[in-house]
Amino acid sequence: MKWPKLKKFLVQFNLMLNRSLINKTYPPIIFDVGKQRVKFFSKATGQTDPIYFDEKVAKEKGFPSLLVPPTFLTTVGHEQKNPYQYLKDLSIDMKNVLHAGQSYTYHHLIFAGDKITMESKIKDMYDKKNGRLQFVEFESLFFNQNKKLIVESLSTLVIR
Amino acid sequence: MQFWDYKSAKIGENLPELIIGPISRTDLALYASASGDHNPLHIDTDYANQIGLPDVIAHGMLIMGYLGRVLTNSTNQNQILEYNVQFSSITNIGDKLTCSATVKKIYTNGSGKNLKLELSVKNQYDDLKLKGHSLIKIL
Repeated sequence: MKWPKLKKFLVQFNLMLNRSLINKTYPPIIFDVGKQRVKFFSKATGQTDPIYFDEKVAKEKGFPSLLVPPTFLTTVGHEQKNPYQYLKDLSIDMKNVLHAGQSYTYHHLIFAGDKITMESKIKDMYDKKNGRLQFVEFESLFFNQNKKLIVESLSTLVIR
Repeated sequence: MQFWDYKSAKIGENLPELIIGPISRTDLALYASASGDHNPLHIDTDYANQIGLPDVIAHGMLIMGYLGRVLTNSTNQNQILEYNVQFSSITNIGDKLTCSATVKKIYTNGSGKNLKLELSVKNQYDDLKLKGHSLIKIL
């Protein structure tokens, strides 16, 4: 079998990820950063500095409102109607997926009251161990209400 | 808050460790709600059993959140430029975690002086749960 034909076969029977979906983009998500959500997330991750849950202290520090902790933006992706649409597009069963890696690059701080826009795409796919482990990289760029790029995120998922 | 003294940091020095846990079901339930990650793998033992796991497992992002506190306890958050991790193994209920950071590199570039930290989270059996690095801007 010639490679293009073989590839089509492998993708069809789910033995290989459909790499033609690399660079597929997803509709932007708008997310209002609510005070209660920031407080709750800070509590659930055990933050002790009151700038994450006491607005008075945050304002005394010169911040407009509560400071958003470094991994908070993970919540934005879960706000979608179908948070794992890209896995469905790749015919990946959630049961076989584990989070393998997460990277954040920070450009600006985020505060409660900000309006965030998340723009995402499938960034890359590759495999290791002769195809036994397949990886998908999902990139999200976050912008604030002033259209400033605030955070870049890269999630790597491994399919077992 | 008393921050860590990055200005006089030396390569190989450790930041104060953070001890977490033992991880409870309540921790996972609260994080599921707070983060919006409602994957039953983290909150529903019946589901975990169905897919062949003996019990629910912790959200990787919860562990990243805990480790992030080593950073936010040490400096102003606007000095954290990058925070990257790889999840090495599953974190289970009852795991007691040690979150660590070690100074790996100090260098100056066009935008000023930066410091690279090597990060890790291990459980009570010394199993690596998570490793990563962070880039801190020294002001």
